[in-house]
Amino acid sequence: MEMQTARTDIAARAIEIINQLKSAEGPLLPILHGLQEEFGYVPPETLPLVANALNLSRAEVHGVFTFYHDYRSHPAGRHVLKICRAEACQSMGGDALAARAVELLGVNWHETSADGAVTLEPIYCLGLCACAPAAMLDGEVIGRLDEEQLQEIAMEVRL
Amino acid sequence: MTATIYIPRDSGALALGAEKVAKAIEKEIAARGLDVKIVRNGSRGLYWLEPMVEVETPQGRVAYGPVKPADVASLLDAGLPEGGEHRLSLGLAGEIPFLARQTRLTFARCGITDPVSLDDYRAHGGLQGLENALKLEAAQIVAQVTESGLRGRGGAGFPTGIKWKTVLDTENPRKYIVCNADEGDSGTFADRMIMEGDPFVLIEGMTIAGIATRATKGYIYIRSEYPHAVATMNEAIAVARKAGVIGASVLGSAHAFDLEVRVGAGAYVCGEETALLESLEGKRGIVRAKPPLPAHKGLFGKPTVINNVISLASVPIIMDRGATFYRDFGMGRSRGTIPIQIAGNVKHGGLFEAAFGLTLGELVDGIGGGTATGRPVKAVQVGGPLGAYFPRELFDTPFDYEAFAAKDGLIGHAGIVVFDDSVDMLKQARFAMEFCAIESCGKCTPCRIGSTRGVELADRIAAGVEPEKQIAVLTDLCNTMKFGSLCALGGFTPYPVMSALTHFPEDFRPVPVREAAE
Repeated sequence: MEMQTARTDIAARAIEIINQLKSAEGPLLPILHGLQEEFGYVPPETLPLVANALNLSRAEVHGVFTFYHDYRSHPAGRHVLKICRAEACQSMGGDALAARAVELLGVNWHETSADGAVTLEPIYCLGLCACAPAAMLDGEVIGRLDEEQLQEIAMEVRL
Repeated sequence: MTATIYIPRDSGALALGAEKVAKAIEKEIAARGLDVKIVRNGSRGLYWLEPMVEVETPQGRVAYGPVKPADVASLLDAGLPEGGEHRLSLGLAGEIPFLARQTRLTFARCGITDPVSLDDYRAHGGLQGLENALKLEAAQIVAQVTESGLRGRGGAGFPTGIKWKTVLDTENPRKYIVCNADEGDSGTFADRMIMEGDPFVLIEGMTIAGIATRATKGYIYIRSEYPHAVATMNEAIAVARKAGVIGASVLGSAHAFDLEVRVGAGAYVCGEETALLESLEGKRGIVRAKPPLPAHKGLFGKPTVINNVISLASVPIIMDRGATFYRDFGMGRSRGTIPIQIAGNVKHGGLFEAAFGLTLGELVDGIGGGTATGRPVKAVQVGGPLGAYFPRELFDTPFDYEAFAAKDGLIGHAGIVVFDDSVDMLKQARFAMEFCAIESCGKCTPCRIGSTRGVELADRIAAGVEPEKQIAVLTDLCNTMKFGSLCALGGFTPYPVMSALTHFPEDFRPVPVREAAE
């Protein structure tokens, strides 16, 4: 296992990212995206650094960070499976399939499995509504998801 | 002669295995030493045939699909580079009935060209609209867009030209063009397809908007759920900038216009225009009260045109062929064409661009071919999570803004989600409320609190707790949400709920009663 990045390294790297992006118009979302891309989540200790650099209060930055579904305050599992729960996927048996995913992976929505292998998240529409049900595994799109594919995914993420 | 084979890079095609097919074809071509060029095009939007592979022949483009990696060797045995006959042959792509019946104006190039080749774009009529616009005064461009009858394709249907005129008439040294590419409605994917399949048409449309309103900076706000669209747009913007289509001098003119992509962060409400502007400014995606209109005080308080992807992508054809050409399509006050997205439990799902006026029945039964499961169609939801559910009895409704409003529905972003007879409409009504509760920005009470109360009411109905009383309260709650909410999220959630209740009352009766009736 690779060691977790030391806390001081996080701060130093975060400041680099913030400085790179802070001159853009409306830089807060790009900065939070940048931090999440770098660390896999937005380390809570970086929020005061963001606030300081943008001359915002910590409350304002916290408010923005918590408003958006995408930003994580903890690292995700090694794999992230997002399953679409919206209407077009429901019409093709998405609800039953989603319930099966919970069973197969042994995690609930928004949770990461105890072995750190996989995080399961609901997503509301991937724009793959003409090949529903749809999912996204580690950024790869999947259409016409079925039980068989789900079983493969459940095996794959534990390898 | 080098043969050209087209394999889509559209995320819908990728979701069905296009990448593996492309790899397999590359491998076979190399092994056989064939002289073939592979182009990764957008999708034509025939998703039941994706991945659809095409090859250029003297007669036109011949299509094959749906192609699996295992079919590749036999395809090449059958002479794929020459358009040879194979069990997956679909004939000439343009003659596939689903495509032949369409009127493709906005999507004219989508699925045909290499999305990031500017030469390809020009060769297929691209940039002519912008070149025409550069010869006109700003007010003349605005007049032409107004005259075309183009209305906001995001759902509100507000005349695009009027919006532009307001921004043109508002004096300010700094103005913005913002493209709303936060396509969060389930059942819609037209924005995604055009951004992945013909990004230059959006760039051209936004540039024309900039020249028409004297704005010099544009932002495209794309949802984070669309990483492929983000990548393709960024690639196309870089190409356009390098070629001088955008930048300090648009096509060598005195106009400056530049573009930037911004990525959302998973908030559905940011598809609402004022919440989107807040988000672009780096704030919580909270809806603003109107007035002031974004056209007067929009992004960073500056006059801002904020339009949907399809509205902006329809401008180049209007400036190329003229307002009259575009306006002559359609019916009533709905002019031009609309890219309809047929989705969900449907046999032939995909993108169907046509003049306004087709009936819902023609679209679902005729073009869509009924359900994928083969069971009867029970309901279709038109216009995303905030759109009404229509029963078969209303399938004679023509696709037109006013006709849908008259039936207590909305076209929205023109997505149709088909459900077969296994759907429970009470469950769908509950989901509409639940989705509103998850995505509410929290600013206004009817939406924030009402949605949660709505979920509870649906649960009580399902449990058979005084259903008639709950239905009365639910109806009253919907009325409050409809008229008391600040934006369409809380204001339109009643559409799916009330339409489900009105058209499918049997699903809202307690289970013992339902069972007794059977």
